[in-house]
Amino acid sequence: MKVAYWPGCVSRGFTPELHGSMAKVAPLLDIELVALDRACCTGAGVIAEHNQELADTLNARTFALAQQVKGADLMMNICSTCQGAQTECQERLDANADYREHVNGTLAEQGLQYEKGLTNKNFLWVLVEELGLDELRSRVKRPLTDLRVGPFYGCYIVRPVDRLGIDDELPRDTYLGQVIEALGGTVIEYAGSHKCCGFPIITMNKEVSLKQAGRHLGDAKDADADCLVTPCPLCHLNLDLQQPLAERLVGRELDMPVLHLPQLVGLALGLEPKELGLQRHVVKPTSVIDWSTSIVAGV
Amino acid sequence: MAEVHKEPQEFTLRIRRYDPESGEPAYWDEHTVELEPHRSVLEGILQARARFDGSIGIRCSCRAAICGSCGVRINGQPGLACHTHLDKAVASSRDGVIEVEPMGNMPVLKDLIVDMDQVHWKKVQRVTPWLVNKQPIPEREYIVPAYNMVDVTQSMACIQCGACVSDCLSMEVDPLFIGPAALAKAYRFVGDPRDAQQFERLKDLAEDPHGIYDCTHCFKCIEACPKGVAPMNQIMRLRRMAGDVHGINDRNNGHRHEIVFAHLIRDHGLLWEAELLPRSYGGDSFFGKFHPAAGAELVSSLPAITKALVRGKVTPMGALKPHKLPKQDLGQIHSIYDKVEGREEPYELNLYVTGYDEDESGAEGMPSAETGTPGMEPEESPSR
Repeated sequence: MKVAYWPGCVSRGFTPELHGSMAKVAPLLDIELVALDRACCTGAGVIAEHNQELADTLNARTFALAQQVKGADLMMNICSTCQGAQTECQERLDANADYREHVNGTLAEQGLQYEKGLTNKNFLWVLVEELGLDELRSRVKRPLTDLRVGPFYGCYIVRPVDRLGIDDELPRDTYLGQVIEALGGTVIEYAGSHKCCGFPIITMNKEVSLKQAGRHLGDAKDADADCLVTPCPLCHLNLDLQQPLAERLVGRELDMPVLHLPQLVGLALGLEPKELGLQRHVVKPTSVIDWSTSIVAGV
Repeated sequence: MAEVHKEPQEFTLRIRRYDPESGEPAYWDEHTVELEPHRSVLEGILQARARFDGSIGIRCSCRAAICGSCGVRINGQPGLACHTHLDKAVASSRDGVIEVEPMGNMPVLKDLIVDMDQVHWKKVQRVTPWLVNKQPIPEREYIVPAYNMVDVTQSMACIQCGACVSDCLSMEVDPLFIGPAALAKAYRFVGDPRDAQQFERLKDLAEDPHGIYDCTHCFKCIEACPKGVAPMNQIMRLRRMAGDVHGINDRNNGHRHEIVFAHLIRDHGLLWEAELLPRSYGGDSFFGKFHPAAGAELVSSLPAITKALVRGKVTPMGALKPHKLPKQDLGQIHSIYDKVEGREEPYELNLYVTGYDEDESGAEGMPSAETGTPGMEPEESPSR
């Protein structure tokens, strides 16, 4: 499968282990990544808040670049927020021909044009809908047996359901659980799995922001999770990078490792924690590394 | 319609019960009712009350999704009991039993009745929920452009049921947050050209630490609302008007964050995280990070920064040097910025007003582009 790959900004900035692990995992799943090196930030909803047309035009440019990738089956991202921000812009562009023409008018100066109907999927959706869980299962080399994993989706990839195409046929808000199971792990249900990590207001109201992260991490801990997994690097910033501060705000020790989705997949596909950049996390994923060594020893 | 003639069948309700006067903790109570599947959860609750237990507390009136009295949580999701069919509720249940609980984020008075006065109505009162007329009042009627009227109609559709308040994730940790219902109500007047206090309202809501910049953009209220008000979208509009139209440079870093973000993307194409935070506090320039407010933030973040450096997550060079797009592409980004930001009036496509283009495949129930049906969503999502 060949995809026009949008890695996002944070996956190459403050969470380099995300982009790194995706690059390692893709060949093991026969996914050919053609990186959209010329594309810019999706705006993460913030540029749309500033100037809607600007966000729509910048993303239309990315979509147009993706549509130029020869032989690509679809566009793929590895960030819930990118998925949500891009889908919001695409909804407007696809909904109204006049508006699309207006935006394309700006792009025309650069020889670019967005055609309605791009398929843009997060890696999570690609795993379930394009690769298929059976195929994924068949490639597992080191099943996540006895590893208790709590899913953490990120708002932008589960709401609003209409815009994201979530329904009975495509229950995308259950995919993380399905993937964890297909990899052989145990899915932990806890209150925070579909809630907000608080990141979007980290600069506006840090206390409220990190209390949200701390609360969900605490709920996962109470449910005996060994770790969380998220398809969103921004959630990862609040849940992992900021966890020491969140601990202070909720007044309890959390010590909850948070994995990026490609890292969890990579572990099951037989890659080593170090190759996947697990040592780079602020919260040491000791439970996961101990688990992986015990499994390797047992093979 | 065929469904109307379906035979009555059994539905089991699991109702959360609580009576503060009893001194007992809350508990679950199950009753099996018999009704046609298209009947509402509210009718189920009322039958359980009439047949089995007259003490079940539920607030209701119109039974037609107009009065907003019967807001509850059904299988964990907020909504109107009168607006949820029994068969749909069973389908969304975990174990075939319809679970009904009082709404969240508000104290429970009894069983399914929450104290709307203490939370919801107080917050609505907080936003001056009436029109302050521009003076002098015209002798004849005040003509409002159709676009503006349709636009504010979306927030006027609110029936004050509190479903969005129930599910608000910011309010869950910050009870002082003004919240989605009240802020949507605020937009109803900010967006009305007859109102004289647009600036004052926006200034007030932007400077309040629990105001428009306390919303995490989680979409919960959009999902919760049974009337398509999309409160979060109204909050984003309030932000846009406060910062970009009125230039309100709030003390919560809200507008600065937005401007710094937009400028960093213009200058680099990709986000430079290490600069976003300090500049949001200290101001939109290279020197922003030397502002005392940025310094204080830096100090408070030291535990996280130190760990990130020690683990090699962030390298000092990586933090100091931004990743950038190739020159030619940056040029293209600049020209998009110049063109779009250079417009005299920002161009905003409001899908609530315009509706969606008719799909070529001719899907039924698609609102036409010409008339537009407020609150309607396309049956086919563009992401599919």
